[in-house]
Amino acid sequence: MQRMMQRLQQDRAAGRGSLMPFLTAGSPSIEATVATIVTLDGLGVAAIEIGFPFSDPIADGPVIAASMDRALRSGTTVAAIVDAIRDVRPRVGCGLIAMVSMSIVHRHGGAEFIAALHDAGFDALIVPDMDVDDADLITQAVEQRGMGLALLVAPTSSPERIRAITRRCRGFVYALARAGLTGASDAPPDVEGTVPAIRAETELPIAVGFGISTPAHVRMVIQHADAAIVGSALVRAMDGEPDSAHERAQAFIGPMLEACRVTAR
Amino acid sequence: MTSAPPDPVHGRFGRFGGRYVPETLVAALDELEAAYLAAREDPSFTAELAGLLRDFVGRPTAFCHAPRLTEHAGGAQIWLKREDLAHTGAHKINNTLGQVLLARRMGKSRIIAETGAGQHGVATATACARFGLPCEVYMGAEDVRRQALNVFRMRLMGARVNEVTSGSRTLKDATNEAMRDWMGSVGRTHYIIGSVVGPHPFPLMVRDFQSVIGTECRAQALAALGRLPDVVVACVGGGSNAAGIFAPFVGDASVGLLGVEAGGRGPGAGDHAAPLSHGTPGVLHGSLSYVLQDGDGQTADVHSCSAGLDYPGVGPEHSHWKDAGRVCYTAVTDAQALEAFQLLARLEGIIPALETSHAVHAAVTAARAMRPDQVVVINVSGRGDKDVVEAMRLLGLSQS
Repeated sequence: MQRMMQRLQQDRAAGRGSLMPFLTAGSPSIEATVATIVTLDGLGVAAIEIGFPFSDPIADGPVIAASMDRALRSGTTVAAIVDAIRDVRPRVGCGLIAMVSMSIVHRHGGAEFIAALHDAGFDALIVPDMDVDDADLITQAVEQRGMGLALLVAPTSSPERIRAITRRCRGFVYALARAGLTGASDAPPDVEGTVPAIRAETELPIAVGFGISTPAHVRMVIQHADAAIVGSALVRAMDGEPDSAHERAQAFIGPMLEACRVTAR
Repeated sequence: MTSAPPDPVHGRFGRFGGRYVPETLVAALDELEAAYLAAREDPSFTAELAGLLRDFVGRPTAFCHAPRLTEHAGGAQIWLKREDLAHTGAHKINNTLGQVLLARRMGKSRIIAETGAGQHGVATATACARFGLPCEVYMGAEDVRRQALNVFRMRLMGARVNEVTSGSRTLKDATNEAMRDWMGSVGRTHYIIGSVVGPHPFPLMVRDFQSVIGTECRAQALAALGRLPDVVVACVGGGSNAAGIFAPFVGDASVGLLGVEAGGRGPGAGDHAAPLSHGTPGVLHGSLSYVLQDGDGQTADVHSCSAGLDYPGVGPEHSHWKDAGRVCYTAVTDAQALEAFQLLARLEGIIPALETSHAVHAAVTAARAMRPDQVVVINVSGRGDKDVVEAMRLLGLSQS
C-alpha cells in the first residue's frame, strides 16, 4: 500500500488531485491491460483499479458490463489476471487496486484469495458488493498484509452508515458520485454532499467514481476530493484493436491528468 | 397450532442470506425492512391484505384429493393444494399484493419486477393495475419467446415489458437488469422481487407473504383428514411456492418436506438448473446461498424446459433447510416433467405449469413407495395454460 499512499501524498504536496483509472482486466485483451498499466503508470497516475470481470455485475452500466462479458467470453480467468499483475508489478510504481465481486472472493476462499492478491503485488482491494455486516474476514485478511481496503459510500448512505463504513476502510474511501450505475452521465458529479460527510468521519483520502467521464468532471471532483476515478469512459476508449489499446488509453487519460493539475483543492 | 419458522438473524438463515449489494441499495433495504416489520404487526395492513386475498385472489384456494393420480401411483393418497386456482393462475399474486400494499405505505410511486415464466410479471402487473401504479417488468428475450402469452397479459394490464438481451437472456439476466434499474431509481421505485431470493429482507418478506399457502393447507389437511400430511412436495426455482407451503410445516417433525429442482437434460454442467442438488455455496443477486458457478465464481449457464425454474440460484432459507437436513431436495428432468404435465391433465383434468409438473413427478414417485394410509400433498403452484404452446413444441406436435 506504501506505493499508492506515496503517490497520493506526492500529488497532494504538489497541490494537484490524483487520478485512479479503472481497467476491465482482459478488455480488449489481457496483454492490452498489461501494456496500459505500464503506460498509465508512466503518465503518473496514483493508482490503477483492475476490475476482475464478473458474470453478473449489478452495479455496472452497459459499457463495463459488456467489457466484462467480452473478457469472460475470450477466456480471461482469475489466475490469468493474477499472473499478469505479478509479471507487471516490478515494472510499475503506481498503486494497483483489485476490484473484485464478492462471488469471486468467496469462491476462491476469501482470506486465501486476498493473500494471493497481495503476493501478486496488489496494494488494495475493493469489493463493491461486500456485506459490511459480514466484513470481518476480509478486513482481517487485508490488515494482516497491510493492504488497503476501500468500501463504497453512496449519496444514499446515512451518517451512521458512513461512520461504520469509514471505520472499515484502509488507505482510502471510495465515494460514489451518484446513486446509480457506472458509466457516462450528463449529470455533474454529486460530490458536495457526500464528500464533506465523509471528511467529518475520517482523514483518509477520498476517491470519487461513477459517471466521471470528462476533464470537466475531474476538475469538479478534485475541488472537493483527493482523487477521481475514471472507468467506463476509459474502457470504451480502449475498445477495438488490442495492440494499440494502450495508445488510446494514453490519449484519453492525458487531458484527465491535465485537469488534475490545474486545480488544487 | 403451528408457528412460522424463525426470522433470519442479522439477515441470515444460518450462514445463508445477507446483503451483498452495492452501498447505493443499503438505505433502501433498511427502509424496506423497517417498513415491512412495522406493517407485519399493523392490524390494518394485515386486514387489508387478507381482504384482498379473499375477495380479489379468491382465497382460500382449494385442497382436494386426486383419486386417479393416487390410483396411478398405487401408494399413498395424493392431495393437491390448488394455487393454480388463485387469480392470475399461480401463487405469485400472494406476494405481489403484499409488496404493492407495502410500496404504497412507503410512498413509492413506481414498481419494477423481474420475471422468468412471466407468472410473477403478470402478478405484479395485476397488483399494479389494481392500485394504479406504473409498472415495468424485465424479462429475458428467450423467455419472452417461450412465454409469449404472459407478455401479452402484462401489456394488456398496462405494464411495460423490457426485453433483456444480455447474457443467457433468461431470469438471471432479467434480475440483473431489474437491480440495475433499482440502483438508479431507488428513491421513488420499489422493486418487487418475485421469489425468496435477493438481499435481506426479501427472502423473509416473500416467504411470509407466501406462507398463506402452507397455513391454509395445514388447516385444510387437519379438517379434511384429521391429521397432518406425511410428505409435502413443491417445485423449487428461486423457491417461493416451496417456502410458502413448507414454512408452516417446518416445526412439524412428522411432516417430510420435498423440494424438487429442475434436472433439465441431466446432471452435466449447463444441462440443469439444480443448485441445491449440484451447486456450491456462493454469492448471487445479493445473498449467500447454493448457486451454480464455475471455479472462478462466475455464474454457470443453466437449462430447464421450465422458464420459471431456469435460474442458477435459490433462496437462502432453502440452503439453510438443506444443510440443516429439514428439507430433502431432488431433481426431476425435462422429460419426466413433461410426462407429469400430461399425466395430471389426463388423470385429474388439471393442466399444471411446467414448473409444477416437476413436483408432480417427484410426488408420484414418493407416493408409490408409501402406504395407502399415508398422505402426500403436492403444491400445484400454477396452471399450465401459459405452457401449452411450448409443450406442443417440446412434444413435437404442430399447432394445426
